[in-house]
Amino acid sequence: MGEQKFLHLENIEKRFPIPGKEDYIAVTNVNLEIKKNEIISIIGHSGCGKSTLLNMISGLDKETGGYIFLKGKEIKGPGPDRAVVFQNHSLLPWLSVYQNIEMAVKKVMPELSSPELRERVERYVSMVNLDHAKDKLPSEISGGMKQRVGIARALSISPDVLLMDEPFGALDSLTRANLQEHLMRIQQSVENTVIIITHDIDEAVLLSDRVIMMTNGPEATIGEILEVNLERPRNRVELQHDPEYIRCREAILSFLYEKFAKEDE
Amino acid sequence: MNNELAKKIILPVLVFIAIIGVWSSIANIVEDFPTPADTYIATFGGENSEGDEVEGVLTDPFYVENEDDKGLFWQILESLKRVFAGFTLALIVGVPLGLFIGMSKNAQYAFDPFIQIFKPVSPLAWLPLLLFIFQDINMTAISTIFVTSIWPIIINTALGVRSVNEDYMNVAKVLRFTPMEKVVQIILPVAVPFIFTGMRLSLGIAWLVIVAAEMLTGGIGIGFWIWDEYNNLAYHNIIIGIIIVGVVGFILDLIMGRIADYFDYTKKGRA
Repeated sequence: MGEQKFLHLENIEKRFPIPGKEDYIAVTNVNLEIKKNEIISIIGHSGCGKSTLLNMISGLDKETGGYIFLKGKEIKGPGPDRAVVFQNHSLLPWLSVYQNIEMAVKKVMPELSSPELRERVERYVSMVNLDHAKDKLPSEISGGMKQRVGIARALSISPDVLLMDEPFGALDSLTRANLQEHLMRIQQSVENTVIIITHDIDEAVLLSDRVIMMTNGPEATIGEILEVNLERPRNRVELQHDPEYIRCREAILSFLYEKFAKEDE
Repeated sequence: MNNELAKKIILPVLVFIAIIGVWSSIANIVEDFPTPADTYIATFGGENSEGDEVEGVLTDPFYVENEDDKGLFWQILESLKRVFAGFTLALIVGVPLGLFIGMSKNAQYAFDPFIQIFKPVSPLAWLPLLLFIFQDINMTAISTIFVTSIWPIIINTALGVRSVNEDYMNVAKVLRFTPMEKVVQIILPVAVPFIFTGMRLSLGIAWLVIVAAEMLTGGIGIGFWIWDEYNNLAYHNIIIGIIIVGVVGFILDLIMGRIADYFDYTKKGRA
C-alpha cells in the first residue's frame, strides 16, 4: 500500500433513467487515480460524459455506481475541498470582483479576522492581476477577466482539487492563450491538483501532466491515458517544435479522429 | 435647447390644448358640465363666471373646519395612510409567501390555482364582505387594499426566485451555504428587482382601490371627497379630484420606480 491515494475513482458509472425505456448509460467503468499536485486534462468529443464525470467529482452530480475517494474519504455531495471553475464563470453579478472572492473566503474560512480576510482576498485578486479592477462589477469587465476572477475565487478557498469545466471554452483563442499562461504561472507558485475538462488538444498538452482520453458515449469510458513528459515552465512557442509535444498532439489527434472519430453532433 | 427636448415639451402641450378643446365642447353639450375655466377657478380661486370672488379647493388645502370638513390635503393624507397600511401588510405577507412558492414546487402546485382565482377579483366584490367582518371604515379600506394588492407581490417574488440561475446555486452548493445563506446571499439579490416590480404594480392597484373603497365606506379620504362633491352638485370638484388622484398616483409610481432602480443590481455600474 504505502502512500495514500489522493483522488481515486473506482468503477464510476452514471446512468439516467428514461421513462418507458432502458436506462441511458452515459459513463461506465471509469477507474482513475490522480496524484497530489498533478494536472490532468480530460478530453473527448461532446457527449462523451466528461462534464458528467467532473460533476460527479465535484459532487454536484451523484454517480449511480462506483466510488470516488478524496484523501481516503468517500465524496458525498459538493464541498469547498473541491472548488469548481465553471465555464460561464458564475460570478454573482451584484458583487464586485473583490466581494465575489470575499464571499467565498468568508464562508469557507470563518475564523479569519477582518485584516486577515482582506489580506487573503487581495492576495488572490493580485494573483490573477486584477488589482485595478477589484471594485468593478462582473458586467464591467471582459470575459477573460471574469474567468480570472472565477479562478481566483476557486483558489482562494485552498481546495484540495481544482475542477475546471471547459474553463476557457467560451473565450476567443487569444484570450484563452492568455488565461492558460495565467493558470500555468499560478500553478508554479501555488501547487494544486487540477482537473481540466477540455476539447482543445493544444490546451490539454500544454497544461497537463496526463491527458485522459474518453471514448464516445453512450457508455463512455477512459480510452487511453497519455503521459506528457514536458519540463515546466512550458513555453507554448518553443513547444511547437518539441518532439515530445508533437508526439502528444499526434497521439490525441489519432485517438480523437481515427480511433474514435465522430461524424457530427 | 436640443430638438429632442423641444419635442418632449411641445408635443404634450399640443395634446393638452386638444384635451381642453374636447373638454370645452363637452361642457357646451352637457348641461351644467363645468368648463375648463370654471374648474381652474374652483381649483385656485378667483372671480367666477357670475362675477363672485370664490376660494378654490387648493387655496387652502390645509384647513380644518371640523371632523367632517377638512381641506384636500387631509383627504389625500388619509387615503395615503390607508394605502400604505394595506400595501405594507401585503408586502409583509406577500414577499415571504412568494419566496416560499418560488422555492418549493409543491408550494407552487398548492397555491397557484387560488392565486389565479383570487387575483382577478375586483376590490368592490371584496368590500361588502370585509365591511361585514370589520364593521369599521379604516379596517375595511386597508384590508380591501391588502387583499387586492398582494397578488402581484406574490407572483413577482416567486418569479424572481425561479429566475435564479442554476450556476449561482451550484456556487452556493460548492461553498456549502445553509438554506438561510442561500436565501440572503443568492436568492434575494436576484429576486429583489422582481419584488420591486411587484411592489410597483401593487402600489398602483392600491391607489386605484382606495378611491373606490372610500366612495363606499365614506368618512374621509379623496375617494369619499369626490363622491361627496357629486352629492353637493360640485361637478368641477370631481374633475379636480380625478386630476389629483392621477397626479398623486403618478408621483407614487415615480418614487417606487426610483427605489426599485436603487435596489436593482442590473441597473448599477453602467455609468
